[in-house]
Amino acid sequence: MVQLALPKNSRVQKGRHHPAPAGATKVKTFKVYRYDPETSENPRWDTYDVDVDACGPMVLDVLIHIKNTMDPTLAFRRSCREGVCGSCAMNVGGRNTLACTHGHTETPGADCQISPLPSMPVLKDLIPDLSHFYAQYASIEPWLHTTSPEPQGEWLQSPEDREKIDGLYECILCACCTTSCPSYWWNGEKYLGPATLLHAYRWLIDSRDEATGDRLDALEDPFKLYRCHTIMNCAQVCPKGLNPAKAIAEVKKMLADRIV
Amino acid sequence: MASYRTPLGRARGLGAAHHGASHWLAERVSAIALVPLVLWAIFGVLRLATLDYQGAVLWVSSPLNAVLLVLLTATAYWHMHAGMRVIVEDYIHKTLTKAILLMLNLSVSVLVGVLAIFSILKVALGGAL
Repeated sequence: MVQLALPKNSRVQKGRHHPAPAGATKVKTFKVYRYDPETSENPRWDTYDVDVDACGPMVLDVLIHIKNTMDPTLAFRRSCREGVCGSCAMNVGGRNTLACTHGHTETPGADCQISPLPSMPVLKDLIPDLSHFYAQYASIEPWLHTTSPEPQGEWLQSPEDREKIDGLYECILCACCTTSCPSYWWNGEKYLGPATLLHAYRWLIDSRDEATGDRLDALEDPFKLYRCHTIMNCAQVCPKGLNPAKAIAEVKKMLADRIV
Repeated sequence: MASYRTPLGRARGLGAAHHGASHWLAERVSAIALVPLVLWAIFGVLRLATLDYQGAVLWVSSPLNAVLLVLLTATAYWHMHAGMRVIVEDYIHKTLTKAILLMLNLSVSVLVGVLAIFSILKVALGGAL
């Protein structure tokens, strides 16, 4: 059955309070999820009173400021700081997003709550374990499949066919969509989730790919694909403005095309 | 106990079932079929409210009404069964509980659906006069 309450050792408790430094001009409180696997303690909410005048405008700027000046024990992933790498995906104010492209003033309310991506095991603080997510992506074999002899140069594609993968290739696999999907929360073990299915469609409509039928065979499954009930959380949270729900609908249409 | 299964092995799982497309299509086809059938049924209920017992039996006995009633009942119960099945698959993860609920869903839908169709046919074929 569905588990409605968290297990005892996962319940989030009240944590430590880190006051603003003396001389702070504009203070905003950030409530951050903390979990340390090295101790046997439950996860906790730590609060940080941050002088937002002393740091940049994005949530990632705030986190880096906290780590540098207030609490070096805070752990989070980050790399490009410009929405290209997808490392800093996290839940800000109840909504999955990239910390680097989300301004802390964009979240309504005086406080700002930051937690790791939902439904994934937490390794530490804001770092989720994405192994299963990446393995699901690998399972759709996201590369060109061909049996025709290799051409002398590159595999050619018309500009019109190239346009078909616009809105798909931009996905950076940050996992914001997949971890915002209730269907993935209940059936993530078998359901591939919006990000992987968007990539599956990206290879299905690539005019150069010769394994469309095999790819559809591998997707036609009540759980791998058809757990998508068009809830649309994926399209709402995508920090790149993509629409995985539409890509999934296109895959379903391709499968229907095979039988009627 | 630690599992040494690789993430890819876990993600691939038992592989694809190679079905689901026809179930998905049938859900949509039955939903579309139910739109005119339900509109007709609303009209039918309003019509029946103005009739007495004899009039109602005669209304159900008319070939068109009887056929549409049977179609409405069969489509509605099939659609209900398909929808309930998806809900059970979504939320129930224990194999035994899931199997029992899926069988219960099937038997209740078939039992009540067949009972309703039998009742319509009984009235339509003169068994209620």
